[in-house]
Amino acid sequence: MTITEKEHQVIEEFSLFDDWMDKYNYLIEMGKTTPIIDEKFKTEQYLISGCQSRVWLSAEMADGKVIFKADSDAVITKGIVNLLIRVLSNQTPEDILATDMEFVDKIGLKEHLSPTRSNGLTSMIKQMKLYALVYKTKKEQQN
Amino acid sequence: MNFDVEKIRKDFPALNQEVYGKPLVYFDNAATSQKPRVVIDTLVSYYSGINSNVHRGVHYLSQQATEAFEQTRDLIRDYIHAKSNSEIIITKGATDSINLVANSFGRHFFKPGDEVIISATEHHANIVPWQVICKDTGSKLKVIPTDENGNLNLDSFKGLISHKTKIISVGHISNALGVVNPIREIIRIAHQNNIPVMIDGAQGIVHREVDVQELDCDFYCFSSHKFYGPMGVGILYGREKFLEQMPPYQTGGEMIKSVTFENTTFNELPFKFETGTPNVAGVIGFGAALEYIKKIGMPDIISYEDDLLKYALKKLNNLDYLQIYGNSQERAGVISFNLKDIHPYDAGTIIDKFGIAVRTGNHCAQPVMDFLGTTGTIRASMAFYNTREEVDRLLVAIEKVKEMFG
Repeated sequence: MTITEKEHQVIEEFSLFDDWMDKYNYLIEMGKTTPIIDEKFKTEQYLISGCQSRVWLSAEMADGKVIFKADSDAVITKGIVNLLIRVLSNQTPEDILATDMEFVDKIGLKEHLSPTRSNGLTSMIKQMKLYALVYKTKKEQQN
Repeated sequence: MNFDVEKIRKDFPALNQEVYGKPLVYFDNAATSQKPRVVIDTLVSYYSGINSNVHRGVHYLSQQATEAFEQTRDLIRDYIHAKSNSEIIITKGATDSINLVANSFGRHFFKPGDEVIISATEHHANIVPWQVICKDTGSKLKVIPTDENGNLNLDSFKGLISHKTKIISVGHISNALGVVNPIREIIRIAHQNNIPVMIDGAQGIVHREVDVQELDCDFYCFSSHKFYGPMGVGILYGREKFLEQMPPYQTGGEMIKSVTFENTTFNELPFKFETGTPNVAGVIGFGAALEYIKKIGMPDIISYEDDLLKYALKKLNNLDYLQIYGNSQERAGVISFNLKDIHPYDAGTIIDKFGIAVRTGNHCAQPVMDFLGTTGTIRASMAFYNTREEVDRLLVAIEKVKEMFG
């Protein structure tokens, strides 16, 4: 599935929720099922700054695609980062760099997160794109 | 007691609004308070009428503005019972006031090897300025330890004092925990050793009556905006004998007597420390806030707030899954807590959706969070316009959080 297809899938799921509580219950559910990052990545080096809660994000390359893993000490944050992983993980670095992540706005996440919190969200996306950029550059150097 | 909270609430326009379709419950007063109508009206009328620069012009408006500005200084002097207007410095806020003392007093009096004492429950604003000036002057920062509830250990404090101690700076009331510190005792002990004491009263002035002469403190500072006045205005009270010796902190216009390219003579107190155009509207607005507070009466405010805090504590203590921090002998204004095994960010996100404004995080007091063993807390901070019904609504929201995450 392409990034756009995955985004549409998420937007469709969120359109089913009538109120904020359903939406957050869903995020909490996803926060509990995030693929847990290996403990060795839960260090300063993998910590994303700009979040009230702590988020650790790691990336690796497999078959030309970037695989993201993450964890957070807060459940809602973990749910949000899991959504990002669902859309961006297992995609090529080029595709990750090209997307504008419009689904974040469409599912009303950005508007419901205060500036400091959404900075956290922004930092997560920025960090994922940074990883993609690193892998893209590495690939170009090898070619 | 002639205290009608419903009537008082009508004085605060911002309280009368809905958030996410629910009536706002404003429990973030320790961050900033709401403003009564009279303060807002004063700002509007200043800018619609007498707006002009102070202390400079001979023209009519400038004189009007200067008079209103200086009348506020009178009001502040009376309110905190300072001896003279020379001891009332207008700043940008409590943080600015502490920076002023740290820089001016520190640069003038600190020598390598000297020591400054603060406490373990300070706001970053009463840590970092001292840390920086200590580093610059080769002095050392010492910290009064606390027990697990944020009560300062006075025996340890006595042990920290030495002939090298140049100043002690502690908070009146902890912003993160609401613990009222034993500042009288600290000042008494310090003065026995001839050491001046600065009190960070950012929270203290809001919940207690302050008489600087009776307290016998050497510096006391606070912000207008936490005390029902406009943002961008702060006060520094300083004992004249220290202010006289201290050099200006910032330089420019207004704080000078004469300037040539070779030399400058500085103005007298309090103007020596007030350079640049001040927030005139804000200062006059703060005057209106003080008048408003005086009209309601601090004794009534304190007794209502203490009663509300006790009610909230009793209700919250009934929830066995809550951890409440700062269980001290005397507390004011603030309740800091966590739901066991639930991140404060998660809880705060859901509580917000109930139209309730609480603060989550480290409250600019990371060392406090460190000794509590947490990365943050949920802080509900109350003012005299909050009600028991609002406390009940917070409880409903907390129960929902427990249900969603538990």
